[in-house]
Amino acid sequence: MSERLFAMLIYLAAASIMALLFWILADLSYQGWSHLSFDFLIEEPANAGREGGIGPILSSTLLIIAVTLLAALPLGLAVAIWLAEFTRRGDRLGQSVRLSLDVLAGVPSIVFGLFGNAFFCIYLGMGFSILSGGLTLACMILPVLIRTSEAGITAVNDAWRQGASALGMSKSSAIYHILLPAASPAIAAGLILGIGRATAETAALIFTSGYVDRMPESLMDSGRALSVHIYDLSMNVPGGDGAAHASALVLISLVVLLSIVAQGLTDRYLKRRLMV
Amino acid sequence: MSQYSDVTFTLGKVALAEPCCVPKALLQVSDLSIAYGDRKVLETVSLDIYKGCITALIGPSGCGKTSFLSSINRLTDLIPSATTEGTILLDGKNILDRSVDTLSLRRRIGMIFQKPNPFPLSIRRNLELPLREHGLKERKLLREKIEKALRDVGLWAEVKDRLESSALSLSGGQQQRLCIARALVLEPEILLMDEPCSALDPISSAAVEELIIRLRGRYTVVIVTHNLAQAKRVANYAAFFWMKERVGKLIEFGQCQHLFDAPSDALTAAYIQGIKG
Repeated sequence: MSERLFAMLIYLAAASIMALLFWILADLSYQGWSHLSFDFLIEEPANAGREGGIGPILSSTLLIIAVTLLAALPLGLAVAIWLAEFTRRGDRLGQSVRLSLDVLAGVPSIVFGLFGNAFFCIYLGMGFSILSGGLTLACMILPVLIRTSEAGITAVNDAWRQGASALGMSKSSAIYHILLPAASPAIAAGLILGIGRATAETAALIFTSGYVDRMPESLMDSGRALSVHIYDLSMNVPGGDGAAHASALVLISLVVLLSIVAQGLTDRYLKRRLMV
Repeated sequence: MSQYSDVTFTLGKVALAEPCCVPKALLQVSDLSIAYGDRKVLETVSLDIYKGCITALIGPSGCGKTSFLSSINRLTDLIPSATTEGTILLDGKNILDRSVDTLSLRRRIGMIFQKPNPFPLSIRRNLELPLREHGLKERKLLREKIEKALRDVGLWAEVKDRLESSALSLSGGQQQRLCIARALVLEPEILLMDEPCSALDPISSAAVEELIIRLRGRYTVVIVTHNLAQAKRVANYAAFFWMKERVGKLIEFGQCQHLFDAPSDALTAAYIQGIKG
């Protein structure tokens, strides 16, 4: 009897998670669907966003994410490789880097925003720009990306490491040919988490990429991200709720789409490089 | 017996006589000690590994046989706390010297592990990767070398139509022979084998053992085995290791048959008879 109750509670927990997601999606769709159209995706916003579309905002968002990934992925992988393959267990420096990353991962995004504003916008003179915003987000997602990638590389079968060494293969070659491909699912997981966080970010972007809703002409232009747009519409623009919900729907679809693309690319990379 | 009753054989058990030809030491190990941090696992081991011969390392678990083996190709370097003392001479050079280029050393000294460890790549790529790593790029040559190595381990007929399929799809015994082929493809002089049959079923094990016997004379083999019957069947020389005061020591080293038939140390005799260990 208690066994059945236990099973029922477990099922209920799983079902409630599903329900929560469906509720959010249903609510967004109900309120935003009427606003959504192809024109909405490409048009300039008008009347403070109440009318028109989100064309420039979508472009800025994609550019910011691109900058974030281009900066975070190489740096993140390098640090993850260093942590997993070049530091010894209990090594002081490695442990301090891990601790710093874990602390950074818990730092509120608004703090990253202030840092990005002080460092990229002012100190490096990038101003309010898509570049500043993207680099700030890169700093924000690096801890998660590094720690998941590190865990993935560390978890690779040690027998392959030994086998490669015993064949006189260099460390870099073993990393490139065996370890990184084998760790790529974990790296993808970190990347998807990072993309999700970066796409959803508002606080860090207000101070760095700004909220100009014109079509950006270069990375040095200020650009409004989708999440900032949603915040603005629902907080500062009376009567902007419809557009806000439609934008939120686009944002969620974007996160899902990018995750699927990242997953797909990893699978293809894995298939091309390894035969499991 | 009765019909030969007037014949008496006076030859007793085999004694340590002059070998029919003088063996040449390829590796000269002297006073080798290995420690992991403060824990000594092997102390002052000295022995010669003879060229073209198979040398079996026997003894109970934990007496430093595997550590001994992995110090020969400097795989002990992978364990940060491992330290080695003494010398292992190969061509008059000390392998344990810091200045030795481990990558080219390991090309000369191949290693086979207890559990087959083919890379998660195609059968062909498993052999191609180490060759390319050591600078061989020419496609025709690569193909020839790969085929030769696979023929040498008796795997060619089984895999020639599926070279592009995953090495992990092979059976355990085939995987182990692939790993041996992967080591042989680099044309090493010495092969180190760490219980290469212990994770295999009896039939695969027999095939690998047959292969090891065929390596004799062509390669210098050092093999760790817990299977005394196997050591007796394959090896020319045997070294018996034992734990004394919690440190691994070499108790006896000699021609395999001699060590098994007429051990000079009481410990060896007891171990061989299955009384100890």
